[in-house]
Amino acid sequence: MTDDVILQVKDLKAYFKLDEGLLKAVDGVSFDLRKGETLGIVGESGSGKSVTNLAIMRLIPSPPGRIAGGEVEFMGKDILKMSEEEVRKIRGNKISMIFQDPMTCLNPFLRISTQMVETIVLHQGLDKKAAKDKAIEMLKLAGIPAPEKRIDQYPHQFSGGMRQRVMIAMALSCEPEILIADEPTTALDVTIQAQILELINDLSARLGTAVILITHSLGVVAGMCDAICVMYAGRIVERGNADEIFADPKHPYTQGLIKSVPRLDKISTQRLYSIPGQPPNVINLPDCCPFFPRCERAMDVCKTKYPKVAELSAKRSVACWLYGEGK
Amino acid sequence: MSRFIVRRFLSVIPTFLIIVTLSFFLIRLAPGGPFAREKKIPPEILANIMHKYHMDEPLINQYFRYVGDVLHFDLGPSFRYKDHTVNELLGAAFPVSITLGVVSLGLAVFFGTLVGIISALRQNKWQDYAAMSVAVLGISIPLFVVGPILMLVFALKLKWLPTSGWINSRAGWTTIIMPSMTLMLPYFAYIARMSRGSIIEVLRSDYVRTARAKGLKETVVIRKHVLKGAMLPIVTYLGPAFSGIITGSVVVEQIFVVPGIGKIFVQSALNRDYTVIMGDVIVYSIILITANFVVDILYGLLDPRISYK
Repeated sequence: MTDDVILQVKDLKAYFKLDEGLLKAVDGVSFDLRKGETLGIVGESGSGKSVTNLAIMRLIPSPPGRIAGGEVEFMGKDILKMSEEEVRKIRGNKISMIFQDPMTCLNPFLRISTQMVETIVLHQGLDKKAAKDKAIEMLKLAGIPAPEKRIDQYPHQFSGGMRQRVMIAMALSCEPEILIADEPTTALDVTIQAQILELINDLSARLGTAVILITHSLGVVAGMCDAICVMYAGRIVERGNADEIFADPKHPYTQGLIKSVPRLDKISTQRLYSIPGQPPNVINLPDCCPFFPRCERAMDVCKTKYPKVAELSAKRSVACWLYGEGK
Repeated sequence: MSRFIVRRFLSVIPTFLIIVTLSFFLIRLAPGGPFAREKKIPPEILANIMHKYHMDEPLINQYFRYVGDVLHFDLGPSFRYKDHTVNELLGAAFPVSITLGVVSLGLAVFFGTLVGIISALRQNKWQDYAAMSVAVLGISIPLFVVGPILMLVFALKLKWLPTSGWINSRAGWTTIIMPSMTLMLPYFAYIARMSRGSIIEVLRSDYVRTARAKGLKETVVIRKHVLKGAMLPIVTYLGPAFSGIITGSVVVEQIFVVPGIGKIFVQSALNRDYTVIMGDVIVYSIILITANFVVDILYGLLDPRISYK
């Protein structure tokens, strides 16, 4: 493990026991996050992006969910082996999260001040007065006008974009090592999306916070991320630096994703490409490459065994029979 | 806020007048009258009685006379209990029913939410199943079954509690235990089920996930972030529950011989004791209107999204 890696996820598994069977939402995910880096996790709905990150925070609703294995090493300690109290000291303090829908993520019955101050008091041991000053400062950094006045208002008095700014201010108020942003712009207006992403970029750079950005938009990833993990059916199928992946995607799924983004530089009269078929149901998935039914380059071996992960370089890997020794 | 209260209060007046008017004429539509007996009263005596109570005048005159009296807080004489005015009758009985109602509703809310919280937090475990079974029993067993069973067990077998009576009797405050337990049971059960449901819903909400992601202790999450939102539906239910419990006390009062409004209410309806019926209706509707009024204000205090303009 190199010095600047602050979060190392190894073979993380999170399963949900449902009436229909065992849902392997996350099945052996591994990645590293370096200090100050922005890592994008891309995938379709249901590919396990959010569950991966809830598992890192140990916030999977249980039952029916449980973490079935793996390690999440944060600053030299495995989060999955910590006591509940130790994990609480990390949540909101060392690792914080913002979520998809800012309209429902703030408690509608409590003032913004109450919600922000409780986190700061809890983790930084400040008194309420000092914590409120700190909260106002964070709101100001997050671009909320007249924060001294706005802080005493309730969430419904803010617009969607403003609420996400509040969430960001709240998440960064304890200057965490890692910010997990779970589709932070999906529920927002397109014009606001860019502003929010820029704000996350800006503040994380200023505070030296590493960011895990979960999204299904390749455009978002391209603009913001240093490294990318592409997830499919609960596993990472391709991993690498952002430029490498966009310049030379290896996995047929990644290739398909990039092909299906409309491009401004190559005006085409053809229909926009889309990957045929549907993402698989991950309940009782057999041991095979889950992508083979939709893959243009599927081979016989794909139907019988999950591909070995081919390490192409230190930071680059792909899980596909087309590469590495299986070839 | 104060403007809202004034406006809301003013809207009560027409509601009240409509209730008084409708009930006044509806009662008069019913066949029979306060002086109809099996043994015929001689017509000249009947005419005297009718004259004394102004019942020989046209109905519309009687109506305006009555409304005028009501506005002076005079509910008139009882036609049946000749020594008493309606004010006296209701003045003695209503405080008893109100006390019983308030105590029962207080117990129902306290135990209902307590049981609701426990079963929500132990969802699908034995505590939850036990609590919800009790709740189903509470909703489905009628009061006139529960009352006598309690009486049989706690008064006759165990001899812990008096069978009947009221606080002013020798047994004192112990008399209120069984009637209030009986009366609260269905409301307790309903509140328990309702609070369980709404707590479970809030526990799954995004803002509770946010609270957990902030590193708050689970006890703080529940106390500070879950309960307030989860209690709103129960506050809304309090208005109808209170009027339900007050009117529903009729049966319980009969079982435990509580000197409340129940007996007077039933008797006056059977006797066509017009003024007493009207008095009942008026007091009940004032309680109902007030209860809903209080709930509206409470709701606004609890939910910042509701603003009074």
